[in-house]
Amino acid sequence: MRFPIFLALALTLSAPVRADDGFIVVQSTTSTRNSGLYDAILPQFTEETGIEVRVVAVGTGQALRNARNCDGDVLLVHARAAEEAFVADGYGLSRADLMYNDFVLVGPSDDPAQVAGTTGIAPALAAIADARAPFASRGDDSGTHKKERTLWTTARVDPSDASGTWYRETGSGMGATLNIASGMNAYTLTDRATWIAFSNRGDLRILSEGDPALFNQYGIIAINPDRCPDVKAAPARVFIDWLLSKAGQSAIAAYRRDDRQLFFPNAKGE
Amino acid sequence: MTGFGDAFAAAFGLIARMDADLVEIVGLSLRVTLSATLCACLLGFPLGAILAVGRFPGRGVLTVLVNALMGLPPVVVGLVVYLMLSRAGPFGALGLLYTPTAMIVAQTILVTPIIAALARQTVADLDAEYHETLRSMGAGAGARMRTLLWDGRFALMTAALAGMGRALAEVGAVMIVGGNIDHVTRVMTTAIALETSRGELTLALGLGIVLMVLSLALNALVMGARLSGARMSHA
Amino acid sequence: MLRLVASNPSPGAVIRLEGVRLRRGGRDVLDGLDLAIPQQGITAIMGPNGAGKSLSLRVMAGLVRPDDGGVFHGLTDPQDIALVFQKPVLLRRTVRANLRHALAIYGVPRRERRKRLGELLDFGRLAAMADSPARALSGGEQQRVAMVRALAARPRLLLLDEPTASLDPQATDAIESLILDAAAFGTTVVLVTHDRGQATRLADHIRFLHKGTLTEAASADQFLLAPKSPEAQAYFAGKLLL
Repeated sequence: MRFPIFLALALTLSAPVRADDGFIVVQSTTSTRNSGLYDAILPQFTEETGIEVRVVAVGTGQALRNARNCDGDVLLVHARAAEEAFVADGYGLSRADLMYNDFVLVGPSDDPAQVAGTTGIAPALAAIADARAPFASRGDDSGTHKKERTLWTTARVDPSDASGTWYRETGSGMGATLNIASGMNAYTLTDRATWIAFSNRGDLRILSEGDPALFNQYGIIAINPDRCPDVKAAPARVFIDWLLSKAGQSAIAAYRRDDRQLFFPNAKGE
Repeated sequence: MTGFGDAFAAAFGLIARMDADLVEIVGLSLRVTLSATLCACLLGFPLGAILAVGRFPGRGVLTVLVNALMGLPPVVVGLVVYLMLSRAGPFGALGLLYTPTAMIVAQTILVTPIIAALARQTVADLDAEYHETLRSMGAGAGARMRTLLWDGRFALMTAALAGMGRALAEVGAVMIVGGNIDHVTRVMTTAIALETSRGELTLALGLGIVLMVLSLALNALVMGARLSGARMSHA
Repeated sequence: MLRLVASNPSPGAVIRLEGVRLRRGGRDVLDGLDLAIPQQGITAIMGPNGAGKSLSLRVMAGLVRPDDGGVFHGLTDPQDIALVFQKPVLLRRTVRANLRHALAIYGVPRRERRKRLGELLDFGRLAAMADSPARALSGGEQQRVAMVRALAARPRLLLLDEPTASLDPQATDAIESLILDAAAFGTTVVLVTHDRGQATRLADHIRFLHKGTLTEAASADQFLLAPKSPEAQAYFAGKLLL
């Protein structure tokens, strides 16, 4: 019995690495994973087609960058302008609307900026800026962050000047930012799916919702095999077609948490 | 607010019912970390011995470099390995990104400097004692290094443990190159990060407690082997 | 000018130091040392502390490179010269594994090692403790292992640096009998010792060093009876202070 630990290590190393080719990689925004949507719909797809779907959920900005490095077969994000640029630059074959939900503004229930009394998201944000009430921003170039920047513009506020004071850029994912907002009783903008599925709300609640500007469209794109030769174009196509088909769209519509629908399918055609 | 009592209850519940997902995640964590530690030992022990015993130009610079690399941030390692293994990178054709192999590669890079630096110190201390004896026996540099590594084997176990602890605890590197894909590359630390981002703090803390227990068990195992072995050979 | 490991020492000598100079800490610890070791028998190197006895042994073994002077011998194989220290450094393994390691270092083919190992254990009367951790043995036993390990190389020149200085009489006896056995097999032995009794029991030749130079070279019989150099006379009278 010499150096038994080495023996154990050697045995562990020799375990086979799973490397079948019947899978595709989806570069995805985090809300679809954190809300549990993939857990709900992917088993059905895999059962029907035999294709395993591996989801790398990293936020829209990083998903787009990873996809530009060809590290994925399908892109599923929510930042329309960036998605169209991605296709226009030749990295994606075409973009399709997949589903939508909406963003909500959440904040502490005592609502120091009196946001609850405003109508529409722009006045709500303006009220936060006036009150210099703490606001947690993703600050990570994600889909939610891009939307938030647009909304500040419509509210005619440039919060960059206040960065580090009441405007706090976390540079983190939606969940981490919600944890931070919950911890410091700050306002923040979140997609509704992540919010409904989020468990550590603390004193936060929804204070502004329903403005058409808060519409949140998810798109799906097949990575261009001309640009990325290693892309698994055929199974990627099968996956996208299934999501856009009646079967996929109904699966999305059927996913509920706390008896509420999280995503609303809106694929055109079929 | 999450209570620690709830977290312990969650951890105990997960362990007690041998939760299938937990078993899979723990298994992958062990496989990745132990494989990376083994690779890092195979690289780091000889490297440490060369730095301790060898006499060549650049040895001092290399020693400082290895010591400095001990503080390498996991995220940086993850990023570098990602760029190497990305389909757009030089080794993209291997298709290793988002696999356990990529995680093993990243953790090996992360851990090798730690093991090499600690091995260098161990071997150098032992060489101070053995140097004249081995030289007088006419042992060449290679034989000297082998002798020193073997006679320092129990101290080197501690170096391996330090490396393993780092690999088991890090999240930055495996998150980037593994992608935290369910059933494929999800390990303890990335699962904890995920549950935290879902706001499931109790479950996250519970998983953290399981990780601690795992780390304790591995350390106890190795230290036990070290103590009994050292007693037997009077090292 | 430094000349090292040239061939052929003078006739009758197995190794010869010529004008060897070694500086340590700003002074010459070997100060133009001329020293020839006779091929036949056991040579004892004696002298007060700091005379350079141990260093001259290390120069002969090739462990220390002199700053000047020449070392002449015809021993081309590094294993022709073996060295045993006052405090043996044994590996953290069993006695058997220590000797097996030595045989491997000496390039003994694998298939011969088992047989040689048995011979060595018998020779050193170590068979009973072969599977004990070497470092758990008594000081005398450890020195026996070190002696046997050195002789496993079948050296032509065996250098011993006060091998019994920290041993009790019984253990000293065992080591001395091993030294006599080795000499009987034709190995040239050089022994650094402070012990006049040991020199009387073992040595054929004496070399007396003082302040890094040779002050007297004589046969043991003659030297131990009546040393000629004033330094040696003072040393034995307990007077020489450095």
